[in-house]
Amino acid sequence: MGPVLSRLLAIDDRRFWLGFGAVGILLLAVVPSLNALPAGHALNVPDYAVTLLGKYLCYALLALSLDLVWGFAGVLSLGHGAFFALGGYAMGMYMMRSIGGRGVYGHATLPDFMVFLNWQELPWYWMGFDSFWFAAAMVVAVPAGLAFVVGWLAFRSRITGVYLSIITQAMTYALMLAFFRNEMGFGGNNGLTDFKELLGFDLSRPGVKLGLYTASAVMLGVAFLVCRFIVGSKLGRVLMAIRDAESRVRFLGYSATAVKLFAFVISAVLAGIAGALYVPQVGIINPSEFSPANSIEVAIWVAVGGRGTLLGPVLGAFAVNGAKTWLTGAAPELWLFALGGLFIVVTLLMPKGIVGLAAQARERLRGRPVPLIEEKRNA
Amino acid sequence: MIRALALLAALLFAQPAQADAFSEAVAGLSAGGFGEKIKAVETLAALGDARAVPILRAMAEGRLLARPDGALVIDGHDATTGQPAEAEGALAVSINNRLRSAIQGAVGRLGLVSPDPAERGRAAQAVLDSPSPESAAMLRKAIERETDAAVMTAMRFSLAALDLGDADPARRLAGVAALADSSLDPQVRGLLTRLAQSDSDAGVAGAARQALEGAETRLRALRIAENLFQGISLGSVLLLAAIGLAVTFGVMGVINMAHGEMIMLGAYTTFAVQEAFRAWAPAWALDFYLVAALPAAFLVSAAIGIALERGVIRFLYGRPLETLLATWGVSLMLQQLVRSLFGATNKEVANPSWMTGGIELAGGVMLTWNRVVIVLFAVAVLAGLAALMRWSFFGLGMRAVTQNRAMASAMGIPAGRVDALTFGLGSGIAGIAGVALSQIGNVSPNLGQGYIVDSFMVVVFGGVGSLWGTLVASLSLGVVNKFLEPYAGAMLGKILVLVFIILFIQKRPRGLFALRGRSAEA
Repeated sequence: MGPVLSRLLAIDDRRFWLGFGAVGILLLAVVPSLNALPAGHALNVPDYAVTLLGKYLCYALLALSLDLVWGFAGVLSLGHGAFFALGGYAMGMYMMRSIGGRGVYGHATLPDFMVFLNWQELPWYWMGFDSFWFAAAMVVAVPAGLAFVVGWLAFRSRITGVYLSIITQAMTYALMLAFFRNEMGFGGNNGLTDFKELLGFDLSRPGVKLGLYTASAVMLGVAFLVCRFIVGSKLGRVLMAIRDAESRVRFLGYSATAVKLFAFVISAVLAGIAGALYVPQVGIINPSEFSPANSIEVAIWVAVGGRGTLLGPVLGAFAVNGAKTWLTGAAPELWLFALGGLFIVVTLLMPKGIVGLAAQARERLRGRPVPLIEEKRNA
Repeated sequence: MIRALALLAALLFAQPAQADAFSEAVAGLSAGGFGEKIKAVETLAALGDARAVPILRAMAEGRLLARPDGALVIDGHDATTGQPAEAEGALAVSINNRLRSAIQGAVGRLGLVSPDPAERGRAAQAVLDSPSPESAAMLRKAIERETDAAVMTAMRFSLAALDLGDADPARRLAGVAALADSSLDPQVRGLLTRLAQSDSDAGVAGAARQALEGAETRLRALRIAENLFQGISLGSVLLLAAIGLAVTFGVMGVINMAHGEMIMLGAYTTFAVQEAFRAWAPAWALDFYLVAALPAAFLVSAAIGIALERGVIRFLYGRPLETLLATWGVSLMLQQLVRSLFGATNKEVANPSWMTGGIELAGGVMLTWNRVVIVLFAVAVLAGLAALMRWSFFGLGMRAVTQNRAMASAMGIPAGRVDALTFGLGSGIAGIAGVALSQIGNVSPNLGQGYIVDSFMVVVFGGVGSLWGTLVASLSLGVVNKFLEPYAGAMLGKILVLVFIILFIQKRPRGLFALRGRSAEA
């Protein structure tokens, strides 16, 4: 291992690798073995909890992908839900095709909703999705392609800040409207559902669910390392410089457009993979995944955890979604108050999120309160 | 009643010769054979005497009795004179189906001479259902006597339509000429098409074809006019939703994701005012609840807006992304608050009577009053805002603070208060928009969500900070949307417009009407 790679991976950072390993063991060894305990055992992790954890892992991956562009490049995309959903649709299309003749209408190639709409043959863009590897390639390629086009258009004309947020929001909104149409050939309103198997594994079996959970955990770990690699590299330095003073970076001769575009595309790919892992676990993908509200919620996961750190978004996704699961069960009418309040409290009082709380408290103890409110008008 | 009518009619048509012919024809109704009866009915219809209508109706219903001495009695009164008469030994005048339909036609045509204009108008239309040379003759006579302009038009129209089936080509030609003006009516177009395709006379066929072509052109023009109106109407809705944003986002640069909820609050205030009026106001005042709802909605939304500015946004100036997230949180809370207070179901806000209905233009194009009022209202609100910003002291302060905050403060303008009031103004205008939107759509907690992306698009497209840009952008987006709809469908049209805006911003990142000079570099 050359010195460059070793530096990039920060192989010497013992504390990081210890923590990373501990979390890995917890997720990949402890949870599955607790799940294997007999039902009724005090420490048993029931199957539904495994699926729930798997879902959270996908959310965490999505949050991580947003943090890469928002936390490190200052690009707040409110359209990451679109990349997530596109990845999910690609995976959903593969699983639809693998149902084959076992659908309600029993057609050999056409999914049920197409038979229902009286379609005679498969549209061209459904071709190839009977192969898992093609679908997997699409999970990566479609979000990457969209991110490339949108990012190229936006970054080239130096659309930054809120304008970029609004454009990406409009993008996911437009996609939502499009996917709601039956004529699009993606199942319209109902989306894709009734999946039977993935790569020949029966999706209703607990073992397969555990497998999907494991895959999500592994993927999150890999993505975490990839992001860490990018952030730690020289390119990561440029990214953060762009976040802090974009025009200065331009004047220094760097191509801010290319660097941001790179981060945006990688981020979209990660979001697409998160969606592809998410859909088999929840068993459905429909256009509401594109809704702007979903994308903006991802931003709050990142903000709660602490943006600009890699650990933050993962913690934030788990914390917010855990609270959501608990509160929508206990007092559903309170959830939106809580979520709304979270948006306000985090932006006003916890600018560095959970991860930054400790530092914030330390500063305060030393008698040097962190300025919560930056007086920067007309900036 | 019948007696009184008959008497009245007798006074009106007191001409001995006609009276004679009339009683003769009435007497013929009880003739031996059905053929003769039919002839008597036709005669009665041709005489055009309104007195015949009750007699014929009675006959069709079997209430017309014939005494052995030949006199006819209806419900104990003589059929001709209306005097009380004995019905001893009288038998109902027998009828068959052929006779019944003859009676029907006769009654229909006799409606043309009814004293009631509405009845005459109906009859003029009804003759088209059973065209015959007799009805044409009858119509001609009726037109000469007609005094009511609307009924006259209807009669002329029916006569022309009848003429199309006339054996005489000259008559048909005259009919086509007369109908060319009203060729938007689908029934008329059907008649003309038949004529254009299969008339034996080349001249008539040509004239019909020409009339049809003219109709097509005018129909196309009407469709365009209709699309234009609907587009302007949609544009004015967008404009209303976006004006408030043009203040908060455009002038102050604050990304307020709760803007849609300010609109929603305005709509719910309208609902509350309406309920209050229903409970306590006198009946005549019900129609004017909107007048009270306007200031109420403005105040509610403005108050919440000011509270939002002082409580949250103030701390986030210069950090637009955080502002976006915090105000999104506010919007979620406001939605849930309204849902908890009013329930999740749609609330019904009624149009006041002066806003219901509309004017119908030719060819089925309808301008509904609520849409027309909203277009005018949107323009008025924009003009009011522009005037406020241009001429009032508050407007001066607002512009000063946005252009150079430090200098404005140095000149003694309380910048913080101006911020709060400006934000309150923008929010209040959103509330007013809510009053208008409650008149054309559902009032639900999600009302604002549907407008937020669109309004941001309008402001960005028009150019941030430019009221003119907002006006032009909203109207053009509305019209383009409506013109795309027939070709692409509502959703695809919307998608195309969004894509267009995204591409447009590539070319002109600062919108249609970009600000120049000092305020552009804020």
